[in-house]
Amino acid sequence: MKTNDVILQTTTKVVFFIIFLFSIHIFFAGHYSPGGGFVGGLLTTGAIVLLLLAFDLKTVQKALPFNFTIMTGIGLLLALGTASGSIFFDVPFFTHAFSHFNLPLFGETSLHTAMIFDAGVYLVVVGAAITMIQTIGGDT
Amino acid sequence: MLHSLGRRILLGFVLLIFLPIVAALFIPLLFKYLKGIHTGWFVLFVPIALFIYYAGFITTTMDGGHKVSELQWIPSLGISFVSYIDGLSLLFTLLITGIGALVVLYSIFYLDKDREKLNNFYIYLLIFMSAMLGVVQSDNVISLYLFWELTSISSFLLIGYWNTRDRSRFGALKSMMITVFGGLMMLGGFVLLGIMGDSFSIRELIANSSSFIGHEFFTLALILVLLGAFTKSAQFPFYIWLPDAMEAPTPVSAYLHSATMVKAGLYLVARFTPIFAVSEVWIWLVTGIGLLTLFWGSLFAVKQTDLKAILAFSTVSQLGLIMSLLGASAVAYHSDDAIFKFAAFAAIFHLINHATFKGSLFMIAGIIDHETGTRDIRKLGGLMSIMPVSFTVAFIGSMSMAGLPPFNGFLSKEMFFQSMLALRNFELFNFATWGILFPVIAWVASVFTFIYSFYFVFKTFTGRNKVDKLPKKPHEAPVGMLVAPVILATLVVGIFFIPNLVGKWLVKPAVMAIQPGLYSHPSEVDVHVAAWHDFASPELWMTIALVGLGVVLYLTMTKWRKLYDIQPHYLSLNVLYDSMMMLSENGMNRLSRFYMTGLIRTYLMYMFAFIASITTATLFLKNAFIVDMDSFTAVSVYGIMTAIILVAAVVMVILAKTRLAAIIALGAVGYSVSLFFVIFKAPDLALTQLVIETVSVALFLLAFQRLPALKTHGETKRNRLGNAIIAAAVGITVTLVALSAHSQKMIPSISQYYKDTVATEAGGGNIVNVILVDYRGFDTLFEIAVLAVAGIGVLAMIRLQLARKEAKDENK
Repeated sequence: MKTNDVILQTTTKVVFFIIFLFSIHIFFAGHYSPGGGFVGGLLTTGAIVLLLLAFDLKTVQKALPFNFTIMTGIGLLLALGTASGSIFFDVPFFTHAFSHFNLPLFGETSLHTAMIFDAGVYLVVVGAAITMIQTIGGDT
Repeated sequence: MLHSLGRRILLGFVLLIFLPIVAALFIPLLFKYLKGIHTGWFVLFVPIALFIYYAGFITTTMDGGHKVSELQWIPSLGISFVSYIDGLSLLFTLLITGIGALVVLYSIFYLDKDREKLNNFYIYLLIFMSAMLGVVQSDNVISLYLFWELTSISSFLLIGYWNTRDRSRFGALKSMMITVFGGLMMLGGFVLLGIMGDSFSIRELIANSSSFIGHEFFTLALILVLLGAFTKSAQFPFYIWLPDAMEAPTPVSAYLHSATMVKAGLYLVARFTPIFAVSEVWIWLVTGIGLLTLFWGSLFAVKQTDLKAILAFSTVSQLGLIMSLLGASAVAYHSDDAIFKFAAFAAIFHLINHATFKGSLFMIAGIIDHETGTRDIRKLGGLMSIMPVSFTVAFIGSMSMAGLPPFNGFLSKEMFFQSMLALRNFELFNFATWGILFPVIAWVASVFTFIYSFYFVFKTFTGRNKVDKLPKKPHEAPVGMLVAPVILATLVVGIFFIPNLVGKWLVKPAVMAIQPGLYSHPSEVDVHVAAWHDFASPELWMTIALVGLGVVLYLTMTKWRKLYDIQPHYLSLNVLYDSMMMLSENGMNRLSRFYMTGLIRTYLMYMFAFIASITTATLFLKNAFIVDMDSFTAVSVYGIMTAIILVAAVVMVILAKTRLAAIIALGAVGYSVSLFFVIFKAPDLALTQLVIETVSVALFLLAFQRLPALKTHGETKRNRLGNAIIAAAVGITVTLVALSAHSQKMIPSISQYYKDTVATEAGGGNIVNVILVDYRGFDTLFEIAVLAVAGIGVLAMIRLQLARKEAKDENK
């Protein structure tokens, strides 16, 4: 029997973007208010899981054509790269740097290398979690 | 550690200890490329050269002198290789090299160069020779122990030389187990001595020994060292390995199990006599066990039917004799009677005599085996006319063993009786009441010695000729094979006629080494060995009586030998050893099968039970359990409500009958925990907890699809009760620890620093996140690595499982 889940799928299409945007917000806001790479990554994962529930595995794979395993690797590299980048500036491993910049559109903004590290965390979380869910779910 | 003695002399002749091992390195080459020549000829040079070199030391030691040469090994621990040559070690060195040379010569004719793996044989033999030299020359107890174990190992290899035979392997293993047991005990004794004397050097230990008496370790060290000596020297009840070691090739039996290795224990006892002789325990143990071994060995030698078994029990018995004499020599430290000093002389003299006659007898047993194909005395007989030279040697050796003139055994037997008779008159340590037993046991044992000596030689060489039934047609051995036993037999007779020369050159310096400090001048040791005392001497009448009784018993042997069958088979020490081995093996098996169930459930129970009991015990034993009510904050209504939800959810998880219910309840637990985070003002944690709970519940549901229905895995009610008790115990333990940890804050928190610097140093506002990515980003780096590994792990596991399943389907 084929069920008709048009309501679910339509809502998902809207809700997915809301969750995704929220996760991006949480990720960027992390340094000053609750949030950060980990929660942001998990929220993105949650959004993708919603997609997986509403549609099937293959559709989601087509819609989001990422190799999540490689994403995990990229995340790890990013994190490690940030941490070891400090060596080139003759400071101890894992020393972050930050400064205030006057960017167009954003105005006065503080940029921090910790953000790159957090991006690594974000990618690893999304990559690893989706890898697990995909493999377990795909094993039929 | 003291560093005073002999540190000036470095190197020198200590390196000679290692000469045989170095020579052994060339054996494989010689064996492989010079196939035409028997490898033994090359080996022969080593002991001969050493013998000649060491013989030069006789002039040094004759008046109690010594020479030292040292090779530092681990100076920071006070461990070195020392070659300390005094009378005692020189005597043993000469025995090892001298008899070693004869045995190598004999083995050249005994072992066939085409059929036997000679390279193995001579390598083991040379290692053994080095080890033995090391044992007797070492002044450092640790290197002494090293060489001691090396003799055990090389002896193991030599006994198991014919490793395709079951009996060889059994004998090798048995001797290894027993001697290594003793060796380890001895090491313990040495370490205790090292602690007491603050040195590993035997000379320094002897110098300090007056302070040992009354030390709490003294008796323990004494017993441990004696265990080493008794196991090696095959004393009661450890003698059982020696008869089984007779599976070795005969040159090995002659060398190791009669002349050298089994005397290592005697050497040890003699060497440590100056330290331990003050103790009553030492005198009783050494003398008593020695006499018991003497009696027991001689008694059971008569029972044997195998030529080498007779000799093995005879060796056991003779070693006991020497041991008891060494015990008697320790009495000299308590008594002024010169006779006890004389006992040391008798011990060393008999040690030399035994090495000569027992070596020759073993070689004869080997010749008989070699030429007739059997060692079973019941099949032999009437070989006298066929093998006249062997008979002569066997006759000389046996008569010396029986203690008859004109052979050297007679002299040592007289001395032995003299010493044992003297023990009657010793007053201390209850000897007055029990002392009379010593000469009586000694005399009875000598009667049996007499019987088995006669039994050995006459049953083999005289009587009915059974030549037709033998596996081989017997003939006299080749000349080369007879050279070594003939030399030894010549010594047997020679020593009888010139005992005082041996006494002066070899025995006297050894006695001075055994009993240092007792002699103010070397001339006090000058014992005149005489073959003839006079008719008034009791030992003469003892000898005459034992010959009379011995002859009668030997002639009526067939009648009373059945008495041995009275002893039931299961009461022997061998059966005890076997059942002990079986018991330890089976017992360990059963023990490990009992607690290693293979069930994770069981192991978890062990772990949790231990965690709970050890933590709680520590908590209360150390008085660490304190609850400080003042440190608690007020509880809010929300807190209580959330706690009630949490507890209810937990109870549901435990009692759930279906998986789905359990998963949902678990989700409820997770969400209420996140509520707690909200109440306790941890927004980051609350967020993370909320999301992670959602994702993990989703994962649970995914996995849930594939699982079979929930069921108990054969758990009984008792199991569940045990689980409940352990779970409750762990819960209570954690609660108690948490309460007391909260109540006692030893150091202030460092969080104030974070609060102060989060904006200035790290340019952030969210302390939690800044700690995660900046202050302590190192942790985060590896946490995400863990996450990545988990993801890849899941991927790999499921992919591999799929691949395997597909391969299986294809096979179908």
